[in-house]
Amino acid sequence: MIYDVSIWAIIIFVTFVAAVLGLSFFFARKTKSASGYYAAGGNIHWGVNGIAFAGDYLSAASFLGICGMIAFSGYDGFLYSIGYLAGWVVALFLVAEPLKRLGKYTFTDALDARFNSKAIKLTASISTLVVSVFYLIPQMVGAGDLVVPLLGLPHYAGVLIVGSIVILIVATAGMTSTTYVQFIKGALLIFFSVILTVYIINNGFNLNPGADYHNFVKTGVVFEDGKIIAVSDSTYTLGETATIEDKYTFVSLEKEGVTRWFKLSGDSTILEEMLSVSLLDNGTKLYNGEPKSAGKFFQVGHLSKIVVDGVEVEKTGPLGPFEFLSSLEDTEVVRFTKKEIPQANTTVWYQTHTPGADMIKPGLLLKISKDSGATFWSRLNFLSLMLALFLGTSALPHILIRYYTVASQRAARKSTILAIASIGFFYILTLYMGLGAAVNGVLDVESSNMSGPLLAKYFGIGLFSIISAIAFATVLGTVSGLIVASSGAIAHDFMDKFLNMKMDDRRKVKAGKLAAFGVGIFAIVLGILFKGMNVSFLVGLAFAVAASANLPSILFLLFWEKTTAKGIAWSIVTGILSSVTLILFSPTMYEKYGLPPSSALFPIDNPGIISIPLATIVLVVVSLLSQNDNKKKVENYHHD
Amino acid sequence: MHEPAVKMDADHAAAKKSKLGVILFLVYTLIYSGFVFIGLMYPEVMGMHIIGRQNVAIVYGFGLIFLAIVMGFIYNWICTRYEDEATANEKEKQK
Repeated sequence: MIYDVSIWAIIIFVTFVAAVLGLSFFFARKTKSASGYYAAGGNIHWGVNGIAFAGDYLSAASFLGICGMIAFSGYDGFLYSIGYLAGWVVALFLVAEPLKRLGKYTFTDALDARFNSKAIKLTASISTLVVSVFYLIPQMVGAGDLVVPLLGLPHYAGVLIVGSIVILIVATAGMTSTTYVQFIKGALLIFFSVILTVYIINNGFNLNPGADYHNFVKTGVVFEDGKIIAVSDSTYTLGETATIEDKYTFVSLEKEGVTRWFKLSGDSTILEEMLSVSLLDNGTKLYNGEPKSAGKFFQVGHLSKIVVDGVEVEKTGPLGPFEFLSSLEDTEVVRFTKKEIPQANTTVWYQTHTPGADMIKPGLLLKISKDSGATFWSRLNFLSLMLALFLGTSALPHILIRYYTVASQRAARKSTILAIASIGFFYILTLYMGLGAAVNGVLDVESSNMSGPLLAKYFGIGLFSIISAIAFATVLGTVSGLIVASSGAIAHDFMDKFLNMKMDDRRKVKAGKLAAFGVGIFAIVLGILFKGMNVSFLVGLAFAVAASANLPSILFLLFWEKTTAKGIAWSIVTGILSSVTLILFSPTMYEKYGLPPSSALFPIDNPGIISIPLATIVLVVVSLLSQNDNKKKVENYHHD
Repeated sequence: MHEPAVKMDADHAAAKKSKLGVILFLVYTLIYSGFVFIGLMYPEVMGMHIIGRQNVAIVYGFGLIFLAIVMGFIYNWICTRYEDEATANEKEKQK
C-alpha cells in the first residue's frame, strides 16, 4: 500500500515521542537503586498504577491487532477482547494480593519466596524471558506497521526506531519511567478511542465510503464448452484462467497494457475485480498489475447493501451505539479474502459478500459452526484460544511486576479493579472501531494491524496523527515494560540469584541495563522476521505460553500446600517446551515456513488446550513424588 | 531472604479475602464457560436475538465485560470491609 505522508502527522508524532523520552530522562535522574529500577520504589499511587496497568495491557495487540481482526473477520476478533478481559478476573480474584504479599522485584522472587530453590530461579527466569520475547514480537511487528503510513518508511525502519528508543528509555530509567509513560499513554488511548467511536456511530453506514474509493469493476462472461472464451466488456482482453482448490476460478484480464485479476462469481455469470500482488520472474512486484508507486493497490472494505425498514438505502445517517450494531445486521459487508495462485506467482484478495449479521457473531475466522465448515480440530482451536486468553493474563511477567510498584495489597487490588474498568470500557470500543474500519474503505489487505489508525485517517489527518502517535507510544511503553521484565529475569533472577554473583545495587542496575540492550536487539530482529502477521494472533500465542509455563505454578503455590520446588520447576519446563513446540508445528507457522498449513503436525494454532493441562499434571505428580523436599521450606514464609 | 519491596502491614483479613476471591472466580468461570459452551456446541444460538435486536453474542460478550467490572467493585467493597473489621478487631485485642 502507498500512503500520502502528512507533515502534520510527522510533527505530532515527533513531538509525542520527544515528550515520552523527556519524561523518561526526567525520571532517570531519580532512579538509582535496584528497587527503583525494577519496582519503581514500590511507591506509585494505585490510581496511576491502575491506568498504567491499562497502558501496559492495551498494547499493540489490543488497539492494532483486535481492531484489525474485527475489521477483517468480525466478531471473532472481539473474542480476543472478551478473553483478554476475562483473564483479569483470574488476576484480581486469585493472584493480585497473594502475589503482592510474596514478591520483591520479579515473578521469580514470588515463586521462589517459599523455597529458595536454584531450580525455580533458573526455570522461572527462563520462562519470564521466553514469554516476554513472545510478547515482544507482536509489539515490534505493530511498530513496523505503524510507521509505514505515518512516516512513509519501510516496515523494518519502524522496528528499528522502536527498538532503539526503548533501549534508550529502559537503559536510562526503568520501572518509574515506564509506569508514568504507560499512565499517560493509557489515558490518552482510551480518550481518543472514545472520540473515534463517536465519529463512527455518528457517521452511520454509507454505500460509498468516500469520493476516492475505488469502484471495483464487474463484467459478464461468455462460456463455450465449459471454458471462458470472452468477457462482456470488450475493452478487456482475456488472459490466463486458474482454478484453485476445485472451487475458485480466477481470471486475468488485460486493458491498456495492465493485467488485473478477477474472480468468477458463484453462479458463474460475472467476473469481479480483485486486488492482486504478482511476483515477476525478474523479481519485480506488481500491485494490481502496476508498480507500487502507481498507487493502484487500493484500501478496501465497504458495504454492498444497506436496508432500513425493509427498503434499500444509500446511507443510514447517524446511529446510536446499539442501533449501530442492530443496523449492521441489515447490511451486506464486502470483505476481502486472501488466496494464492501458485502457477501465476500471484496473491489475490477476492470480494467476499458477507451478511452483516455474520459480522456480529462468531464463525468467520474460527470455524465453529457446521455451515462454516467446522471440524473437531477447528472447534478445539476455539476452545484452546478461549482457555489461553482466560488463563494467560495473570501469568504475564510484565503485568505481574506491576503489583510490586504499589505500596500495599489494598493498593494492588484497587489498581487491578481500575485497570479492569478502563480496559473493559476500551474493549467495548474495539468492536465499534473494528466494524467501523470494515465498512469505511480503510483496510490495507497486506496489514490488518493498521485498520484502527487508518480509520482515524478517514475522519481527519489530525485524529490519525494523534492516534498513531499514541499507538506508537503504546508499543514503546509495552516494549519498555517487557524489556524491564526480561532484564530483571537475566540480571536479578539469573545472574544475581541463580549464579550468586553477589552484585551490589549499582552493579545490579547496570547488569539490568546491559540485559535490556541485548533483549532489545533480539526483539528488533524478530520484529522484522514476523512482518505481516496479525499482532493479536501473535499475542494469543504469548498468552498460551504464559498460561502453560507460569499459571499452574502460581496457582498451586498459592492454593496447594503440597506444591514443591521441583514440581514448580518441572511444570515451568514442561509448559514452555510443550507450548513452544506445538506452536512451531502449528498450521500458521507452517505457512510462515512456506509449507502447506494443512500438513502441519499439530493441526491447531493455539497450544493451550494441551500444554496447560500437561504442565498442571506434571506439577501435581512431581510435587507428590518430592514431598520430602517440602521439609526444607523456608520457615519465615508467613501463612495468612 | 526475600523481603517485599515495601514493608507492608500484617493482613489479618487475607484468609477471608482469599476465600471470597475463589468463590467469585468460580462464579465468573462458570458464566465464561457458558459462553464458550454455546460457541462450541450451539454456535447458531449466538446469532439469535435476545434483547431488542441485539443477538446473544453481543449481549453475552458485553455482559461478560460488564460483569468483570461489577464483580471487581463488589470484591473491593467486601474486601475493604473485611480489612477494616480485621484491623478493628486487632486494635480491640491490643487494648
